[in-house]
Amino acid sequence: MTVLIVGATSAIAHQTARLFAAEGAALALAARNPDKLAAAAADLRARGAEAVHELAYDALDDDAHQRVVTEATALLGGIDAALVAHGVLPPAETVHTDADAALQSFTVNATSVIAVMTHLANTMEQQGHGTLAVISSVAGDRGRPSNYVYGAAKAAVTAFASGLRARLHGTGVEVVTIKPGPVDTPMIVGVHEPGLLAADPEGVGARIHRAMRRGEGVVYTPGYWRPVMAAVRSIPDRLFKRLDW
Amino acid sequence: MSVTARSQREHLSWGRTPRLRPARVVRPAWTSDVPAALAAAAASGQRVLAYGQGRSYGDACLNEGGTLVDTQNLDRFLYFDPESGVLRAESGVTLAQILALVVPHGWFLPVTPGTKYVTLGGAVANDVHGKNHHAAGTFGRFVTRLALARSTGEVLELTPDDDLFRATVAGLGLTGLILWVEIRLHPIASDQIEGRSTKFSTLAEFFALSEAASARSPYVVSWIDTLRPEGRGLLMEGDHAPDGGLPEPGVSPPAARLAVPVDAPGWALSRPTVRAFNAAYYGRQRAKAVETRGHYEPFFYPLDAVRDWNRGYGRRGFFQYQFVVPFADGDAAVREILGRLAASGEGSFLAVLKTFGDVPSPGLMSFPRPGVTLALDLPNRGERTVRLLRGCDEIVRQSGGAVYPAKDACMTPESFRTFFPQWEAFAEHLDPAFSSSFWRRVTGEAASRH
Repeated sequence: MTVLIVGATSAIAHQTARLFAAEGAALALAARNPDKLAAAAADLRARGAEAVHELAYDALDDDAHQRVVTEATALLGGIDAALVAHGVLPPAETVHTDADAALQSFTVNATSVIAVMTHLANTMEQQGHGTLAVISSVAGDRGRPSNYVYGAAKAAVTAFASGLRARLHGTGVEVVTIKPGPVDTPMIVGVHEPGLLAADPEGVGARIHRAMRRGEGVVYTPGYWRPVMAAVRSIPDRLFKRLDW
Repeated sequence: MSVTARSQREHLSWGRTPRLRPARVVRPAWTSDVPAALAAAAASGQRVLAYGQGRSYGDACLNEGGTLVDTQNLDRFLYFDPESGVLRAESGVTLAQILALVVPHGWFLPVTPGTKYVTLGGAVANDVHGKNHHAAGTFGRFVTRLALARSTGEVLELTPDDDLFRATVAGLGLTGLILWVEIRLHPIASDQIEGRSTKFSTLAEFFALSEAASARSPYVVSWIDTLRPEGRGLLMEGDHAPDGGLPEPGVSPPAARLAVPVDAPGWALSRPTVRAFNAAYYGRQRAKAVETRGHYEPFFYPLDAVRDWNRGYGRRGFFQYQFVVPFADGDAAVREILGRLAASGEGSFLAVLKTFGDVPSPGLMSFPRPGVTLALDLPNRGERTVRLLRGCDEIVRQSGGAVYPAKDACMTPESFRTFFPQWEAFAEHLDPAFSSSFWRRVTGEAASRH
């Protein structure tokens, strides 16, 4: 099995990659920071990956999207599965008032994702098989005052993946949309304040692996986010606009 | 695997006493983030200490009012050669994660403590020992190389030839932050342990049995009933079986089936329950000696089957106490300490008795030394328990023994200096920004550098 992971230094993507490595898959990892990429690759080699290739990928570079797919296809001899996992959570205070910062984060979280998924879809459709997974977010289900720029980009990814899944139906290519809730990955840990309701990245990574293995459609993880977000979407706007969250 | 919310880590030690809180906890995602995290803490004047899985018992992993660097996310393997058995991993990797990777390839930890949920960094910093100490020595003997981040911003790669390496092994995390460790693994042909379990009814019998078992078996450990001062118990010995097969790569070993979800009420581990448990445990085996064979998991890690078993002692927590006394005095000292425990009315569930061999450790501050060692846990009943343990410290001092810092919450500075007379030579290797609640307690050093 051959797997391309774009944004391979993300904590969640790395947990998923470990499970593919343990199965002996050949991996191509793409990320921006070469040192972190090397650390992630070494871990996957030790865990039994048949091969691990490191590819430089900068989501803000327009040429990178086609290149990463072409390079991975050549190195792996085809791409059986791909996980598009890169993204940034921009600081609200900046992106709410700074249009350039808002658009730049949108490029990383949405435009580049659409580009790389389009190239992957072409490759997989030509192969006649493939699993194309993307990490969207529950934040894309409704724009909240605290993270609507991020949410808007994820909404674009969710809608894009939904349409792509339908277009590729019957071609042998499955499109998997992953919508994680908050995941426990921050660097500074609170000491006295009570814990935030954050999922552990290992469990989320394992859920993604299972969804890719089965070719599931839309996956909320942890699963309770599906009914929670259904409820959130149903809140009328005249009420929703008063919520500060 | 189900996806669950990760509960906020409390950053306590395994004994859950003393409850000393850090001012700040940072959790770097990459080893390359560590130098900046140390520099920031050093610049703020706060003392720094690494925190792994919080499996040391007393205050060796605590840093009241300072910064803890939680190594939870430094959990990557850097290198594993299934041919030679050389493994290099980041310091936050646990021994459980190492076993899951290497056992299918026919390798085992060269030395393992009684829980696999310690980190590699913690295993080095406390120079942990196991049931094979008489044959193999401590964990530090199998460390071939390590990387240490200092608060100066340097990252040093150290080998056993370096003085700083010898200070870092058993250095209680005070020489800097261990970024990664390279170890030599032990070859195995199966995941089974075969051996035997033998009853003894006096301490004298234990010593005779232990000597014979140590001569033939690499792993030897005994459970002893602390409510019976004559010293009845069970001696268990074993070795990796030559047959029985290895698990498939990528298949995880069984996770804990039981858990203590909340702090238990105070009576849960009181004298009557301990007495009933001990009688049942001793009485379960009817024959004098029985042959045993089974998976390594229950042989090495019986308590790992109960997740958060430490919460069984309730909110006040418990003290773990482990000492070693030289063979010359061993019988008398162990007998006297067991007598004191019995007289105090404190029982211990799983008291563990074994002998240490004379294989030297590279660690300057390493705890094991030739003799007999006893480890036990006692519920925290405040001043009364502290007085009892300090009285035991006195017996250990007179016998020329030592108490294990990784399990200690009570020893006085005077006892520490007697147990570890080399501490001043060790102190020359400390990173000036690093400290722990344990170190300040036993040296009387100030908490802040300003």
